[in-house]
Amino acid sequence: MMPAPAMALRVEKVAVHFGGLVALSDMNFTVGEGEIVSLIGPNGAGKTTAFNVVTGFLDPTRGAVSYRGTALNGLKPYQIADLGLARTFQRTSVFPNDTVYDNLLVGLHRQGRVNLLEAILGLPRARSSERRLRERASELVEWVGLERRARDLAGSLSYGEQRLVGVALALAAEPSMLLLDEPVSGMNASETHTFVELVRNIRDRGVTILLVEHDMPMVMSVSDRIVVLNYGRIIAEGPPDVIRNDPAVIEAYLGQGATRA
Amino acid sequence: MSEFLQHLINMLVLGGTYALLGIGLTLIFGIMNVVNFTHGILYTFGAYIMFIVVHQLGVNFFLALPLAVAAGWLLGAAIELTLLRPLRGSDIDTTMLVMIGAWIAMQSGALWIWGGVAKSVTTPFPEAPLVLGPVSVSWLRLFVLAAAAMLIVVTYLLINKTKLGCAMRATFQDQDTASLMGVNVDLIYTSTFAIGSSLAAAAGALLGPVYVIFPQMGDLAAVKAFAIVILGGLGNITGAVIGGFILALAEELGAGYVSSGYRDAMGFLIIIAVLIFKPTGLFARSERVG
Amino acid sequence: MKSAIAILTVVAFASVPLWLRDPYLMNALITTGIFIIGAMSLNLLLGFTGQLSLGHIAFFGIGAYVSALTSLGFDVGLPFGFRIVHDPWPPIVGFVLAIVVAGLCGYLVGLLSFRVRGAYFVIVTISFAEVVRLVALNWVELTQGPLALTNIPSITIGLPGLGDLTLRTKLQNYYLVLAVAVVTYLLISRLVHSHFGRAMRGLMENETLAVSVGIDVTKTLTLAAVISAGIAGAAGSLYAHYIRIIDPEVFAFINTVTMVIMVITGGKGSLAGPVVGGMIFGLLPVFLRPIMAPEAQWIAYGGVLIGILFVLPRGIVPSLALRFAKPRKRIEPVTAVAFSERDVKEHA
Repeated sequence: MMPAPAMALRVEKVAVHFGGLVALSDMNFTVGEGEIVSLIGPNGAGKTTAFNVVTGFLDPTRGAVSYRGTALNGLKPYQIADLGLARTFQRTSVFPNDTVYDNLLVGLHRQGRVNLLEAILGLPRARSSERRLRERASELVEWVGLERRARDLAGSLSYGEQRLVGVALALAAEPSMLLLDEPVSGMNASETHTFVELVRNIRDRGVTILLVEHDMPMVMSVSDRIVVLNYGRIIAEGPPDVIRNDPAVIEAYLGQGATRA
Repeated sequence: MSEFLQHLINMLVLGGTYALLGIGLTLIFGIMNVVNFTHGILYTFGAYIMFIVVHQLGVNFFLALPLAVAAGWLLGAAIELTLLRPLRGSDIDTTMLVMIGAWIAMQSGALWIWGGVAKSVTTPFPEAPLVLGPVSVSWLRLFVLAAAAMLIVVTYLLINKTKLGCAMRATFQDQDTASLMGVNVDLIYTSTFAIGSSLAAAAGALLGPVYVIFPQMGDLAAVKAFAIVILGGLGNITGAVIGGFILALAEELGAGYVSSGYRDAMGFLIIIAVLIFKPTGLFARSERVG
Repeated sequence: MKSAIAILTVVAFASVPLWLRDPYLMNALITTGIFIIGAMSLNLLLGFTGQLSLGHIAFFGIGAYVSALTSLGFDVGLPFGFRIVHDPWPPIVGFVLAIVVAGLCGYLVGLLSFRVRGAYFVIVTISFAEVVRLVALNWVELTQGPLALTNIPSITIGLPGLGDLTLRTKLQNYYLVLAVAVVTYLLISRLVHSHFGRAMRGLMENETLAVSVGIDVTKTLTLAAVISAGIAGAAGSLYAHYIRIIDPEVFAFINTVTMVIMVITGGKGSLAGPVVGGMIFGLLPVFLRPIMAPEAQWIAYGGVLIGILFVLPRGIVPSLALRFAKPRKRIEPVTAVAFSERDVKEHA
């Protein structure tokens, strides 16, 4: 038995079958508090499936996921969000018909719980809560560096900017752990660079991070530890330097793009 | 017991036409993802064509049926070309609302043209029913059952044995891939809507002479068709056939043993129950993922 | 600016009885007002949560029947020899009960039907309304069935210092409806601009993302359904006590369609939309009646619904607002809207 306190996320013996297709078989890994861990692997390796299991969007066929000692099995996504896990999405990271600022107000849902009557009657408690939310939304916009776009419709932003809104939305929930699903795909080099800084900055504020990403240089530069999946199975795990030189990984995955890493 | 047998016989007659209605709607729903609120009006239309052809044009009863089917086909194609084709790619709610608009306009049109007074069609069948031991069934109803069965078989062959049917099935599976494989999706949509509409018209042409014909007769028929489709699962033709008979049975038993006033509530109750307990329909294949 | 328009509109409506004496037009305005309240409640679901509920008239009708039966009293036998005898209560109690019972029905229907979406949701809601209609038609002992409930008393309200006032005249009913409409408007406006309204919008725009930021789908949608149904029940109660006779035809699908047309024409998701759309379709029959047969009118309504969806799919109010507002950035729909399902299901 490993000592539990330092563990944030624990994934144990998780398997996911879609009909006859095995998307994940027997996946085990942990993420420590304050760590940045990356989940990598070739297309179809099961990364996003793993992600969906952890965030409650998909029920595993077998196995268990727990966060800070609480079992996540059977919990709905919003309940998992309540436990402090927030995620971003590959494609749909924003509410497209709202401004960036309003996006964040929606994202601040968990912070703004007042009762219905207070909200409708505009009682002081509701109004002060509303004021707090607005301040917080501005802070978040600033944190991800989108001050200039705050009043634009989120759907009109560039791909990279939408990703930032997505991250800000996840941060709005004040998570203790953030799961990022291919956050830099579609970003150019300078955007990616800024993003890496942002990820470090988020971690420095005490948020644990699990990252699924294709961009090898980005993964290698930002991760504390890397978990490599192939065909739904973990084939290697360790710090970037070890992964870089692991023959099984090079064989299965980096074989095609190793020169870049 | 004989009462129960009589209900079973009635169920078969009703079930056949319900199946036709259901197949038509499930094809349109399954392939085009359109909630077709004009389905009921096509049913009404079929019945009126029957009336007009037999009584105003003086044509033979048996010839009127194929004419009603053809008229339904044409009207269906016209609706698809004018209202649905320009909306391709719109969300399902928009097309649904447009179909509601079309339904209101067409039903009011029927009321305007033909008036609200119910009409009945004279048939060439003898008045005296066929008596088989404890049960009896009219010759007209037997004909309706036979014709419905024939149309179901024809539709089945059309879907499963012809090139058009193959393309329809491909479009149902995956529209984008079908179109990449050279299927003319526009043509498939128009054909699907026309075939579905002609089946609704056939159902109306068959049941119209059994009961009476009036402009709002299609409203309940449409709801029944929805119930059947939901029972049988989206786009599932066999499911629609079975669903048609189940609904007919539920109605017969409901009317016979509960209260005749609630006969027409059966369809709604089935819809609510199925959607609450098994939203994919009773005969859904295991879910596709990914 | 916006609130100035709102206040001017209310003042204009309040001044109508001062210069309009025609009882026929007053009657049309009152029923239109009642339907606008219904349309506003429908808009809360249709426009602010994106759920196309086509059984909305059920809540209106339930409100009408509850209110009428509360104020008329009834005596019905139940299975197993039970009997409920209810003596007439004041109509104002009926009004409150109408809201409560309709809201409760909204809760139950919402709880059950929000498990399905899209076409299925629409069909469940239609079915619910039809089942209620058939019950009203067949439970003759309670509802008189097709014979209708008649002689429903007018609403009496107690005014401080003035004693009880029974609202019998058109003028009185006009102001009652206007007052309820204004309260409804304010209530919905407050709601959609609150924390809860943002949750609804979030769900409508991107359900997957909304869930991930911690919005409880069932709770949010059910809340909207309860409030929407309660308001519709209030409108139904006003209708029952104004018309003073109701029969099961109040549940006809066509009445839901009328409200839908009002919302779509005016602009779903816009607070003023149902008011504008409601005025148009509420008063149009008044002007069309001398020149068109009722069937022809309905053909025209069907045509208008189709035309609006083709030409002004957002509805009148949002289209006007877009014209007069300072130009905003265009939304490029390529990136974000339609992929939420795929995001979840796709496994890399």
